[in-house]
Amino acid sequence: MNGLFAARGITKRFGGLTALQNVTFGVDAGIASIIGPNGAGKTTLFNVFTGLYVPDEGEVAFKGQPLVGLRPDEITALGVCRTFQNIRLFANMTAAENVLVGMHARVRLGVRDVLVRSSSFRDVEGGLWRRAGELLDRVGLRAKANEVARNLPYGDQRRLELARALASDPALLLLDEPTAGMTQGEAVTLMTLLRRLVGELGIAIILIEHNMRVVMEVSDRVAVLDHGEKIAEGPPRDVQANPRVVEAYLGRRAAARAGS
Amino acid sequence: MIHSAAAVAFVALSSAGVAMFPRSILIFLVFQSSVVFVYLARIPTWLRLSLLATALGVLMPAIGTYNGYYLEVATQVGIFVALALGLNIVVGLAGLLDLGYVAFFAVGAYSWAIFGSPHGNILFGSTAFPLPAWWFYPFLVFGLAVAAATGVVLGLPVLRLRGDYLAIVTLGFGEVIRVLANNLDKPINVTNGPKGITPIARPPLPADMSYAIGFYFLVLLIVLVVILVNRRLEDSHIGRAWEAMREDQLAAQAMGIPLVRAKLLAFACGASFAGVMGVVFAAKQIFINPESFTFLESIGVLAMVILGGMGSIPGAIIGATVVTVLNLQVLKGLSLWLNELKNAGVTVLGYNLANLPTQLEPAKYERMIFGIILVLMMIFRPQGIFPARRRQRELGK
Repeated sequence: MNGLFAARGITKRFGGLTALQNVTFGVDAGIASIIGPNGAGKTTLFNVFTGLYVPDEGEVAFKGQPLVGLRPDEITALGVCRTFQNIRLFANMTAAENVLVGMHARVRLGVRDVLVRSSSFRDVEGGLWRRAGELLDRVGLRAKANEVARNLPYGDQRRLELARALASDPALLLLDEPTAGMTQGEAVTLMTLLRRLVGELGIAIILIEHNMRVVMEVSDRVAVLDHGEKIAEGPPRDVQANPRVVEAYLGRRAAARAGS
Repeated sequence: MIHSAAAVAFVALSSAGVAMFPRSILIFLVFQSSVVFVYLARIPTWLRLSLLATALGVLMPAIGTYNGYYLEVATQVGIFVALALGLNIVVGLAGLLDLGYVAFFAVGAYSWAIFGSPHGNILFGSTAFPLPAWWFYPFLVFGLAVAAATGVVLGLPVLRLRGDYLAIVTLGFGEVIRVLANNLDKPINVTNGPKGITPIARPPLPADMSYAIGFYFLVLLIVLVVILVNRRLEDSHIGRAWEAMREDQLAAQAMGIPLVRAKLLAFACGASFAGVMGVVFAAKQIFINPESFTFLESIGVLAMVILGGMGSIPGAIIGATVVTVLNLQVLKGLSLWLNELKNAGVTVLGYNLANLPTQLEPAKYERMIFGIILVLMMIFRPQGIFPARRRQRELGK
């Protein structure tokens, strides 16, 4: 079983609908992707991982610590942070402030420090702004640090969301369709960035992605969800050739044609 | 440079004008706007601070000796500035719509009223009350603490609510406090019901200082502290957490912000400012009863925050100033003037104003004109007079 992050036998039902059925998934290092057709349960799985949903069955563990039952902010404080499929930035705050909010869980200051402006407050606050600059640099947004998030172009917003998630100093990053709406060129640049993050910061990434070309190039491992069940998992090349995967994506008849 | 000269001249001329015509409301308005001008003008910080200190610390009390009512207006403005700044934290920064804010003001007021008047004897069956007048000062802290605790008590059950639902519950809470104050004269007489509590002790002041001047400076001092606290909170991880919560609660939580703590802190901070001012209000008025803490007061403070610009400290200050001055002076003055015209029997377009039916009494226009101003503001400047500006900041290398 995976030591960093492991989810075992996750089942989640909404009324009569079973969104996830006995899904097991884990990651130790590198980039693991989750793919699948629309409505397969990928985002639901993320919501279970990050504490937004409590699964009906199954358990989730991060560095050996069970996550089920913890609040989302507690899970983030432990070192698991995410981005959202439909960008959820703090629209009326600047890019820098968005990143600063991401650091909230790492700030160890009380109300007293803030009110009397203690020396530790000034040190910490200065450090936060410096770090925000570094993170914005990393995603290429330093020049736009003082721009209000809602005025940024779409691609910048996606990258800002990534910087904000990185700000919480995660050991595991969950990215929900980070290239959605990007051109192929932008997507490739982003994937290069992700690879570099894995290499330089030593973080692990779980990726939900629709862009097949991107997934197959960047992932160390790919899991395929269909109708809430995991139907395949393995290195990208194996998964691509798996007949059940082809069937899930193209339909049974197309799969038969492709096989013959 | 030209701004600096204009600011100095503006303050000097307008205060001289007030000294010459102490009964003219218009000239006092000019003086008030000169203070606002200094606050907003592009002048060096040292000049701004020294001009404000002169205008508020020296000129205003001096004007008060010519016309005591002006000092009363200034004191009321101060009280409402503190209330608006408190509500600004809850509504403007944290995005929690609170329609019962005046309840915390009431809690602060009653906490001193009960202990600072003979009424405490009825409640506790002793003869120790009223407490010696100097207890007023510790009670500023006590009122703050009680109001903050009340804020947490209100916050706990409504943590899961958002938007409209939260507004309704806080509205109900505000009414509950008022109705409690109205009815807690039996079985145990805590608030003395609709009759209210009087006489409430006033604090001891430095020798020779009149109460009008004393309360003015006390309110000014509290407002300065409130502004300082507000600015420090806003410009910290706490303020950023509140704003993030306002922008997107779910994303804020996913970024590691504990929503429960952040919300309770917002409620407690907002409430504490109202609590302090409640204590001051009770002592200043000598008499309080539930009538002072109606739903309309909550709405009034909310109107100040919205009119000034939500989430903006200068906005809340200016909103509170404008609304208070509008209500106490401009609209009052207008209706007095109209009344004079009516009594004098002036004819307008061939119609003798003396024949106006009582339903159209000029005094009745006050609320209507105030309402029209609010509506026009929301149509033409929905972001408020002085909307929150994003801090521009250099990132360290």
